[in-house]
Amino acid sequence: MANDKSSLQLITRGILSENPIFKLALSMCPAVGISTTVMNGFMLGVAVLFVQVFSSVTISIFKNVIHPRIRIPTYTLTIATWVTVIDLVLAAYLPEAYAKMGIFVKLIVAFAIITMRLEMFACKEPVKDSFWDGMGMGLGFMVGMMAIGFVRELLGSGAILGYDVLGFKPLLFFILPSAGFFVVGLMMAFFNWIEVYYKRSKGLK
Amino acid sequence: MMRTRIQYIVLATLIFFIAPLSALAEGLIVDQTFSGKNQIIVTLSGPVDKVVAENIDNYTVFEEADPDIILALSSATLGKEGKNITLVFKDPLNMVKTHVVAAKNLAGIDKTTFKVSKSYLGYLFGILISALLINNFVFTKYLGLCVFFGTSKKKSTAKGMGVVFTMVIVVSALMSWFFFNYILTPFNLNFLQIVVFIGLVSLTVQAVDTVLRKVNPILFNSFGVYLVLVIANCVIIAVPLILANNNYNIFETFMLALGAGGGFLLALYLMSAVSERLQLAKIPPTFKGLPIAFIVAGQFAMAFLGFSGLQVF
Repeated sequence: MANDKSSLQLITRGILSENPIFKLALSMCPAVGISTTVMNGFMLGVAVLFVQVFSSVTISIFKNVIHPRIRIPTYTLTIATWVTVIDLVLAAYLPEAYAKMGIFVKLIVAFAIITMRLEMFACKEPVKDSFWDGMGMGLGFMVGMMAIGFVRELLGSGAILGYDVLGFKPLLFFILPSAGFFVVGLMMAFFNWIEVYYKRSKGLK
Repeated sequence: MMRTRIQYIVLATLIFFIAPLSALAEGLIVDQTFSGKNQIIVTLSGPVDKVVAENIDNYTVFEEADPDIILALSSATLGKEGKNITLVFKDPLNMVKTHVVAAKNLAGIDKTTFKVSKSYLGYLFGILISALLINNFVFTKYLGLCVFFGTSKKKSTAKGMGVVFTMVIVVSALMSWFFFNYILTPFNLNFLQIVVFIGLVSLTVQAVDTVLRKVNPILFNSFGVYLVLVIANCVIIAVPLILANNNYNIFETFMLALGAGGGFLLALYLMSAVSERLQLAKIPPTFKGLPIAFIVAGQFAMAFLGFSGLQVF
């Protein structure tokens, strides 16, 4: 990963070409578990963004002090500390949203995406780039969660952000818990299809 | 010296366990069980007066954990020989909890108190079955999906991962229980839950790695690679958090961990059996790989919904 990337490139990479949910297929548990509404996706996205950015910056600052052999435990403890912070903050100031997300806020500590970014990026690159990389990955996760939430909320209850837009409920099935698997699978297939279609149209030119 | 002390300890524990049994058998009440959804059947040693026994004002029933909430009775009926009483409640009872029944003026005794509970082993077994099937961590709680999709390509991989995972989760859950009950709770350090639990998990993984490498190198060669993946699995941190939330005791913790590990093994094995077949099937190119795996998992999740009404004991 070259140093000359601008902040904008780092952010768009996290959202599009290396989207944590649809491209890297990491951190799938919340994408299936609590993506029933756009709001849920947004709230958990904020929590992940916070943890990702702060852990990336922390590791990037201390990267020269951390001995390579104990780097993984260090990453884990850093993430756990920031997760504790966001967990307590959400529980104190947004108890309703926190109750909806349940155990998933605490489980951010086991998300593969955060550890992976620390290992691949933050332990080598300067603080500024790590910040933007964490920002990109966090935003990518948030966008992915909100996209799944959008599809499920629109098709399942005919609403967006709690406001009734369709006036009827097209497919109640999508709001049921087990539909999370189907929605994620179908959306992945849809993005694959777009990619194949795009490449084919380019090839034809 | 040491030996006599151990004997005393054993004797004391035996008395501790047996004493309640003898106390129950002595009195008026011979047997008490739950029946149906909202009934308690009490068997008595001798016949009692019908008017007293059928007056619902004479009974006070509550769950042992919260004595303030008195459960409402709708009727009490005396059996034909006057030896058993059926207490019918207005609302369904939570049969996992121990219920305390206090009866007034029964057979001339001012107040008779007794406890009704299910057999504890049955309850423990219920926790195991619940974690294994009804609340399967992969298919009904949607946890541990990254590792689940990563290692369910082949049956042999699935078995290896499942067994290693079960081993680690049982050890780490028991350790977390000790830390939670003897360090975190007494010193009011509950906000450190996440840090302590994830630290313990890493420690367990490292310990199992070292021990296995020395003790059984052959097993290590086949299972060692999965150890690293265990730590990236949300289930392993979810179990300590659940047991801390529910105040489980050590037996319940053991059963929950065993059920979680076994459930993960079951899910992996089922999924790998399908994956092996999928490799031979004709799948549309856009669905190849993860998308079709997700849809299969969705079907499994729907199938596992069928277990939701299951009640053992």
